[in-house]
Amino acid sequence: MTKDLIAQHNLTDEEYQKIVGILGREPNITELGMFSVMWSEHCSYKSSRVHLRKLPTTGPRVVQGPGENAGAVDIGDGLCAVFKMESHNHPSFIEPYQGAATGVGGILRDIFTMGARPIALLDALRFGGLDHAKNRHLVKGVVAGIAGYGNCMGVPTVGGEIVFNDIYSQNPLVNVFCLGIAHKDKIFLGTAAGIGNPVIYFGSKTGRDGIHGATMASDSFDDQSEQKRPTVQVGDPFTEKLLLEACLELMAGDLLVGIQDMGAAGLTSSSCEMASRAGNGMDLDLTDVPRREPGMTPYELMLSESQERMLMVAQAGKEDECIRICKKWDLDVAVVGRVTGDGILRVRDQGKVVAEIPAKSLADDGPRYERPYSPPAYQDMLTNLNYDALPDVKDANAALLSLLESPTIASKRWVYEQYDHMVRTNTMIRPGSDAAVVRIKGTNKALAMTVDCNSRYCLLHPYEGARLAVAEAARNLVCSGAEPIGLTDCLNFGNPERPDIMWQFVLAIEGLKDACEHFKVPIVSGNVSFYNETNGLSIYPTPMLGMVGLIESVEHTMTQWFKQDGDVIILLGKTKEDLGGSEYLKVLHHREQGSPPFLSLETEQSLHDFLLKVIREGIVQSAHDCSDGGLAVALVESCISGPAERRGAVVRLSLDALRRDALLFGESQSRVVLSVKPEFADRVLKLAGDAAVPATKIGTVGGDRVVVEVEKGQWSEGCRIDLTVDQLYDRWAFSIERTLNQA
Amino acid sequence: MKIGVVVFPGSNCDHDCEHIFKDVLGQSVEMIWHKESSLAGLDAIVLPGGFSYGDYLRTGAIARFSPVMGLVKEFAKGGGMVLGICNGFQILLEAGLLPGAMLRNKSLHFICKDVSVKVENAATAFTGACQPGQVLKIPIAHADGNYYTDPVTLAAMQANAQIVLRYCTPEGKSTPEANPNGSLDNIAGIINAAGNVLGMMPHPERCAETILGNDDGKLIFLSMLESLKKDKKPLKMVAG
Repeated sequence: MTKDLIAQHNLTDEEYQKIVGILGREPNITELGMFSVMWSEHCSYKSSRVHLRKLPTTGPRVVQGPGENAGAVDIGDGLCAVFKMESHNHPSFIEPYQGAATGVGGILRDIFTMGARPIALLDALRFGGLDHAKNRHLVKGVVAGIAGYGNCMGVPTVGGEIVFNDIYSQNPLVNVFCLGIAHKDKIFLGTAAGIGNPVIYFGSKTGRDGIHGATMASDSFDDQSEQKRPTVQVGDPFTEKLLLEACLELMAGDLLVGIQDMGAAGLTSSSCEMASRAGNGMDLDLTDVPRREPGMTPYELMLSESQERMLMVAQAGKEDECIRICKKWDLDVAVVGRVTGDGILRVRDQGKVVAEIPAKSLADDGPRYERPYSPPAYQDMLTNLNYDALPDVKDANAALLSLLESPTIASKRWVYEQYDHMVRTNTMIRPGSDAAVVRIKGTNKALAMTVDCNSRYCLLHPYEGARLAVAEAARNLVCSGAEPIGLTDCLNFGNPERPDIMWQFVLAIEGLKDACEHFKVPIVSGNVSFYNETNGLSIYPTPMLGMVGLIESVEHTMTQWFKQDGDVIILLGKTKEDLGGSEYLKVLHHREQGSPPFLSLETEQSLHDFLLKVIREGIVQSAHDCSDGGLAVALVESCISGPAERRGAVVRLSLDALRRDALLFGESQSRVVLSVKPEFADRVLKLAGDAAVPATKIGTVGGDRVVVEVEKGQWSEGCRIDLTVDQLYDRWAFSIERTLNQA
Repeated sequence: MKIGVVVFPGSNCDHDCEHIFKDVLGQSVEMIWHKESSLAGLDAIVLPGGFSYGDYLRTGAIARFSPVMGLVKEFAKGGGMVLGICNGFQILLEAGLLPGAMLRNKSLHFICKDVSVKVENAATAFTGACQPGQVLKIPIAHADGNYYTDPVTLAAMQANAQIVLRYCTPEGKSTPEANPNGSLDNIAGIINAAGNVLGMMPHPERCAETILGNDDGKLIFLSMLESLKKDKKPLKMVAG
């Protein structure tokens, strides 16, 4: 092996010596390729594993924690929710349509491999500003790719979130969350148990696409990255749909021992991981692997990341039945190997052994690094912000309109109308509320889902940012009437070899850990995406969360929009001077600085307990979390985001000692805008008092204007928002569409 | 009643249609694999929505060659009731059971949202439970719903009241603004001259339960069951 060849495979000298040690000889080229993908950051978690161990992954509801294709949480009635989130950032930058489409395809396979029928998708996307043509191209391509794949599969895309910030211009994020429902006693795992059992390949044919996709995903980008286009796979949702139905039919019979999809690192990862989990080996013969073109080498066959392929280990003697079902669904299928007892992954082609590696060494014994970490020198510059130098808001109307048309806050209607969000007829709350809610047929239950992360908070303070992300996700679920029961994470960071990036990662993990432990929400699955940087510029730390909540009784489902004129508006929580890291500072003052908002986990928890109690008692009409854009934006969203009528509101706030902008647009945590029928207002206020949750009657729903009067405080002038509902709606509803149509 | 729901490779609203007829309306449902060779014993057939064969070519262009389509044609010729929803409608057009063709939506995008449709003909087997001129709120979810046909066929359909559903404003006006996809004459659903084959782009099965916030679509299915019951009466008398 030449030094060049080793370096081309992204292996260090030390890692190469470790391979030689394991094999007791030099690897051949096929073996080198197999080690390089399995030991890549993407597959081996070599920089993150020592830290991921700290996360809470257990709980009374956990049926399957991290380490399998997806996590599973008990939801009663003999069912469990199977879910996971994954990134497809690098491919989506190079080729937005296919990159995003295959991201959807990959996560869907992770879910149905477990024996669950996927019932919901959500997407968390990050792009640069829409004033750049390239970013508009990326947005259109990614949205079309998600739609193209998800719609064809018949799995509804029920929600998500999109944030625009120029830091993502050279490295957009595409994180896809999927949830499926399985019978608790019919969960399938990726295990190659039972010596002698047949190993069966089924799905699409293997081609030359996506070779070294995992290695690409483990590297930073530069100006030459466009040339990596061939490492992006091409999606075929039709075949995936057939694969889904075939899998569920195979699983309905008593045929399988284990099953795993061929995702990153394709045939190599699926074979060695299944063997290693069972403590076994596997003999593979490539001769019968279905292929798209002749002349493919063992190296290419083992490393291809062609999509829509699966590997199953069947019970001996059940091969024919498995093959019959695959053929019914017009899939390619072939017996390609046997489970062995010697722990070796042995690969043959045309009768010749082309690779012979201990399966465990590929799957589990990759390098582990405890990389050095330290805060960057610029951290203080980010957090130190002299607020006295920033003028307070003068024209509150103009500021509100600017925030509403900022694409991060504006309606995402242009996006979600391209996604089929109703197929499977379970969608109770469609995109556009705090969380999406789908009913579970055959029960009286529903599941709420949300994806959340404010990466600016994470930049300013990775520990606080991660805690804030957990709190916001949980709050979104609670506002929808659901109790949080589980979490999946998708940790997007820059280059872990840089101590400042590693510092962000380590602190974010600590924050996740503390918040999840406090709320008793276990993390059951996840994914780490490092090297999100181009030409040395790293993205903001983005530990994206997908949280799932259970609604025990569908009648307790809640939405964010006002329902009836005359209803009383109540603000839960306290507004503080939390301008740091706010969308207001970014949009109006062009600053992404300061300390993120203060969060008390105890306060947050009492808010959740109280909110669930009053929602279940049936005395709440609407509940909406205050987040980006603060109280003013939350009020307007409650007025205009409903699917039917839009309503006005008249609100009176008292300034006390706050700045006007902090009161209107600051992002203080643990706040919720409620509306209640007048006859229940006193009861809600009394119960809030009993629960020590601050609650203030601030106004009334009704009219065709949104009026917010800010009364004078100790030392400030008051101010006033007074705009028609139509004007607010127009700015908010069509902003993204208008911007995208400009070129 | 026994309703057959055809499953093409790539159908994805088949379970939704099954759910409505079986769980919501209490009928018996048979899922018909596209390679099936008999449709015996069925009272009506539904071609569900989805992406048959991935719709990588023209929508429905491959599905029309599926073995089951020969049987569906015979069933329709014999007066059997056939409902095609979305991709099912597209397949009916390709199979020649209904006139016309589908173009790409005017916006070139897939569109998923609630739209208003006006029942232009409430005297059909699929709309009997509706009031004439009633406006229904039903979601659409398609990329190719821009209906087109030649002027002669259009005139004939207009004269025969074969245009059953038109996109309209919530107040019932068929304006260009109320047309989500550029469809000719705001057409959302048409019926054949014999009155037993209906194709519609909106998805009534997605709005037939109050838990989903809207049950306007249930009227379509109730209409079908009503008219099947009427047809069945003479059979019962013979059997008795």
